Amino acid sequence: MKETSTRLVLHFPKETWDKPVIYKLVKDYDLIVNILRAEILPKMEGSAVIELRGDRKKIGEAVKFLRNLQIKIKPLELDIFREDEKCVHCGACIAPCPTNAFYLDKETFKVEFDKDKCVGCGHCIPACPIRIIYSAEF
Amino acid sequence: MRGENFKVVKTYEEINEKIRKGEAVVVTAEEMIEIVEELGVVKAAQEVDVVTTGTFGAMCSSGAFLNVGHTKPRMKMEEVYLNGVPAYGGIAAVDLYIGATALPENDPRNEVYPGKFEYGGAHVIEELIAGEDIELEAYAYGTDCYPRREIKKLINIKTINDAILCSPRNAYQNYNVAVNKSSRTIYTYMGTLKPNFGNATYSGAGQLSPLMNDPFFETIGIGTRIFLGGGIGYVAFHGTQHFTFNVKRSKKGQPMEGAGTLMVVGDMKQMDTNFIKAASILGYGVSMFVGIGIPIPILNERIAYYTSVRDDEIFAPVIDYSVDYPSGNAKPLKYVSYGELRRGFIELNGKKVPTSPVSSYYKAREIANILKDWIKSGKFEISRPAETLPAPEPNVKIEYGERRG
Repeated sequence: MKETSTRLVLHFPKETWDKPVIYKLVKDYDLIVNILRAEILPKMEGSAVIELRGDRKKIGEAVKFLRNLQIKIKPLELDIFREDEKCVHCGACIAPCPTNAFYLDKETFKVEFDKDKCVGCGHCIPACPIRIIYSAEF
Repeated sequence: MRGENFKVVKTYEEINEKIRKGEAVVVTAEEMIEIVEELGVVKAAQEVDVVTTGTFGAMCSSGAFLNVGHTKPRMKMEEVYLNGVPAYGGIAAVDLYIGATALPENDPRNEVYPGKFEYGGAHVIEELIAGEDIELEAYAYGTDCYPRREIKKLINIKTINDAILCSPRNAYQNYNVAVNKSSRTIYTYMGTLKPNFGNATYSGAGQLSPLMNDPFFETIGIGTRIFLGGGIGYVAFHGTQHFTFNVKRSKKGQPMEGAGTLMVVGDMKQMDTNFIKAASILGYGVSMFVGIGIPIPILNERIAYYTSVRDDEIFAPVIDYSVDYPSGNAKPLKYVSYGELRRGFIELNGKKVPTSPVSSYYKAREIANILKDWIKSGKFEISRPAETLPAPEPNVKIEYGERRG
């Protein structure tokens, strides 16, 4: 068994809001599921960011299972995007970021974005006063 | 103490003569720190003619006067909107004032909390500077001399008569450090503050800040020529809430609270959106990032001493923004230095609290450097104020200590 983990952005169609999706991932595919963010409301389209940890093959099968439910899946790395050249380096994104993906370089005093640390929570998006942080998902 | 016997005495005229000849020695406030450390204040004052400063932060008390030109037939505009944002029309016929924090009537504000405040007066100002067309909508009651009752048309900064940035309070000398002692996240003009002292935010350029480098307003006064939003502007007057008397000060005279402020004016047609930027502050409203740089002429060694101030010697009060500030009973929980703030942590009640800025030191540095280049190239001369601003007599003891090389 090859253990691995992956972070995914899920988009739920209206029809799946009441389906026990996470339960299935745990029970049928033996995965550790970490919900990083979720917005599931009755009879509405929803979205979630989850981390799946477990056997690589099982994760693949789980993704297939999710796709069969018409859930759209994207890897998280593509998620948060900053227009770097427009940044004024004010620092308003630093505090809301739970993983220090945004940080102040103490030499240049530029606000840098370390994508590897980003968990895609999206807190930075409305916190940016000049609105140059985006994500296709939220 | 103003009549003190200085070892170095320079006049505005002498310094301008050097600027015109291209011989002036101009350094930024950051560079001045090391120069004074190396040479001592007297030698530094002899060598350096001008120290440039900079700041780039959200300054809510900003706005612009526009004269949009007369219409045919003439109209005395009373109720005015620019891209849907209400402007003040209670002045002459086609003069109006657009405030940075003004919001369109249909903005949901904080009804969906925390509000996003996507568009407001500052956005109109930024778009004007960018050269974009703005929709003007105005209504009037009609008079014999101004019969027209309404108008809707596009205006552009290139074609209107005047666009003058005129801000009642900018460039605060110092500012609070914001924390949140409550148990819920709060959204303030100092950014997002996490519960239980989860983080601290600050908004000052510290050692680069204009009014930190001239703490008693000995060179900055009415008529001082400045860098404003990428163009040349002027100090018009002291700003609103300019309270410089009876404030706690640190060793080199820098106030340990807000203290002094400036009212500034400048031609928006010269400005640049790199240095004027609209800000949508979550849960708070619209504000405007304004870039300001002020040259400090080194007239004597006392001014050299002030300009050698470093972040570790400048202190700001830590204020709770969940209860104390909103109630109007803000008491500093502690004073912390800009040095600590910039290193990323302060200590509060024995706890390490992470800090982050809400103003740009990167931009402040860029502005100080641009101003330095302007002065070195002879395009920008310093100006003697027509009048000094209200401030106490300086009461600092100059340290003459020279480091032996």
